[in-house]
Order: sequence, then C-alpha cells, then structure tokens
Amino acid sequence: MELRCKNLLSIADLVPAEITHILDTAASMKEVSERDIKKVPTLRGKTVINLFFEPSTRTRTSFEIAGKRLSADVVNISAGSSSVVKGETLRDTGENLQAMHPDLIVIRHSCAGAPKILADALPAAIINAGDGAHEHPTQALLDAFTMRERKGALAGLKVAIIGDITHSRVARSNIFLLTMMGAQVCVSGPQTMVPRFIESLGVTFIPSIIDAVRDVDVIMMLRIQLERQSQSLFPTIREYSRFFGLTRAVLSHARPDVLVMHPGPVNRGIEMSADVMDGPKSIILEQVTNGVAVRMALMYLLIGK
Amino acid sequence: MDTSDIDRTLNRIAFELWEHNRGAETFAFIGIRRRGVSIANRLSRKLQEFTGVRIPVGALDITLYRDDLSEIASHPVLKKTEIPFPIKGTKIYLCDDVLYTGRTIRAALDGINDLGRPEAIRLVVLIDRGHRELPIQPDYTGRNITTTKNERVEVLLEEDDGIDQAFITGGA
Repeated sequence: MELRCKNLLSIADLVPAEITHILDTAASMKEVSERDIKKVPTLRGKTVINLFFEPSTRTRTSFEIAGKRLSADVVNISAGSSSVVKGETLRDTGENLQAMHPDLIVIRHSCAGAPKILADALPAAIINAGDGAHEHPTQALLDAFTMRERKGALAGLKVAIIGDITHSRVARSNIFLLTMMGAQVCVSGPQTMVPRFIESLGVTFIPSIIDAVRDVDVIMMLRIQLERQSQSLFPTIREYSRFFGLTRAVLSHARPDVLVMHPGPVNRGIEMSADVMDGPKSIILEQVTNGVAVRMALMYLLIGK
Repeated sequence: MDTSDIDRTLNRIAFELWEHNRGAETFAFIGIRRRGVSIANRLSRKLQEFTGVRIPVGALDITLYRDDLSEIASHPVLKKTEIPFPIKGTKIYLCDDVLYTGRTIRAALDGINDLGRPEAIRLVVLIDRGHRELPIQPDYTGRNITTTKNERVEVLLEEDDGIDQAFITGGA
C-alpha cells in the first residue's frame, strides 16, 4: 500500500486506510528504538531538513532522531539563526534549500498554510510539523498510535479534549483523525476558547470538565498557549486552572482505567497538576517515545524509495 | 514438492542440524519474514519432537535493509523484527524458503549484525534455485533446482498460505 501524496500537510488529506497503514508501519519501527544499536540503513543517502520557525524541543528532536535512526542526514534550521531574520521570504528560503536537493523538508511555522506554500513550490516531500492554529498531523498520529497501543482500537474509543480548542492545531488534527477512525470526541474548555459551531466537526461540547471526563477512555489536555494569547480569553491563569485544570479531584470522577495525555510542553500546575502529570494514569512520556516511531514510519513511507 | 516432500526434507535438515550440534545447545533459529519464520518454527518443533530440546526461534524483517527500495514499485509492508534471545555469542541458523540472488541474505546478515555479534551464522534454505549475485552459499539445502531467470519459484506453506506446496511458474 502506498500513501497517495508525497506530503503530509494535514490529517484531513488522509483516508482511514492510510492512517492504519502509517500506524502499522510505526508499530514495526518501534522495535528499532529498543535495540542496542538504534540504527538501520534504510534512508542512507537521503537528506532531511528540519525548518523550524517556532520554538520546539520535542518535535524537532523527534524528527531529528527519527531521521538519524533511519540513517538519513538531518540538518536543523531555526528561524533565529537563518536568513529569515534578514527578510528572506518563505518561498525564497524554500527554493534555496531545494537547490541543495533535500529529499524531505519538515516545517513548523506560525502561519497556517506555510507548509502548503512549500509543498506547492518544491519537489521535495514536505511534512507539516505544526502550522499556526491549523494542523499538527504527526502529533495526532502519535497520539492515535499511543491510544491504539494502550486500548487496542480507535473505533469506539471515547476521548475528551480539554483546553484552548480554538488556538490548538493539536486539537484540530486529533478531532479530524479520531472522528475519521470512528472514535467519539468531546471537547471542553472556557466558552471563549471553544469555536462556535464546533459540533460541525462531529464532536460534542461539554462546558464542565467534570462532566467531560466522566465516561471517557482518554483525557487529552491541551497547553494554554500563552504566546498565542492576544486577547484576554480568561480572567486569570489561576481561575483557568481552578475551572479547567486536571487535578486529582477532577480525575476522581473519571473511569479507573482512564489515560491522561498531553502533547507537551506542559504548564505544570496550570492545565494539569503535578501529581496527575507524574501519576500512574499519565502516558505523556509514552507519547514522546512513540513520536519517534511514527515519524520514522512517515519518513520511510514518504521518501523510503 | 507437496506436503510430504517438504516434511521429509525438513526432517532431514533437522537431523543434520542436531548431528552437527549435539551437546551444544547455544544455537537458535532466525527466520526471514514471512515464510522463513514458518520454516524456522517447523525445524524447532521437529527438534523438540526428536530430542525434547526447545530451540528458540526469532523473526527478522529485512525491509529496512533492502538495497532495492528505490527500484521496486511499491513499498513493501514493514513487519516486526522479534528476536526473543540474545544474539551475542549465539550460533544462528538463518532460515528462508528460496535462495536466489543472495541479496535477501546479505540484508539479513546486516540486520543480524546490528542486533549483536553472533558466534556464527549458518544458512538453511528449503530451495536453492541458483543465479546468485553475491558470494553467498547455503549450509543446509532442502533441494537444489535448476531454473531460468524468468521463471518464478513459489513456495506456499500451511501457516502462511493454507497449503504446503513448492512449484515453478512462468518461464519461456
């Protein structure tokens, strides 16, 4: 089976069979990271460029490690140390990189659609590693991988996504993926942070976090994105935390086998209390481990031949 | 070859293996996915019936080590490599169904070496059809057959295909 597109720009472009294929491939890739010698020669001679216009620890490192475990040559570029600060346009940056013949460019940008601009202009494969408030498809895939590994299947799973839904590319990609794969999704958060007509995406809105977590298999907490907060959408951090933070008290209303996820980085003590984050229901670090396997799978499927 | 041919051949290989390893139980089978794994499992089961000793079996997927990924039309589906014993210091009997160019075995040797340094690797194949492109020879061969390059040798096994059969198709 082949992916139909040379790029991964959004989950909305995929079909369920492709998602299953990516997750199955990732399951096989995971073993490579558990070896003493964590490297296979599959992408020898391929070049991967990580082009990050926004800060990132997890995603950038994850792509870098994924590429290196497959023996690709990985180059990292961050906006601060690039010609972008001299005023070069995105397209020009892309075309100059293309002139050095990379096989894959991984891009993160604060503007929705930036990866699409590169994908349309360049022959290299493009992976969207987060574009503004649009999508973060590899995060949704690694979340799905983790849920499937823990719970067996995505179909029929109940998932609550809680926090700043409006500004969250993680929420959008997860909503697209989970609803496509037959899971039931509900969202919760301050009314100011949940888009109107969210139901049109096939999810339900539950105003109270306690009601939202009550009967779900997975609770996915989102980070309060202080850097995208141009207007006051809630009065104070403390109030947000009091009403929408995941604490042990809130968790006591959930099912005993519930899993707690978070795409990171966590504002410890704001959207999630420290004891929940470090507690037995939290699988946040498993998500990070699985991220490498999922990105290896994508690299193999996009540029592995 | 039919069920009884394949079974007799594997019996003979299992006895040969046992004869060469008597006293030393630090050996293991690794099958190359898919059908090599079934062959490895059968050999292990036979040795257990004959001798009561259980020889461990691992499964190796060589997709990530192939040298022809850029030349084949579609991506081979990646399966798991599962080797439940330490490679280091173990004598490995690498099993596959058909030996042809030797490139699969080259990939498997690289794959095994990435997992550790075995004491030795021996090659077991059900059918050797010739036309090697690399200096690789089997240590245990079920049957040597003469083929032309445009023929295909098909091996079907109960575990994977629901039937035991080996035959040649195509050709001029």
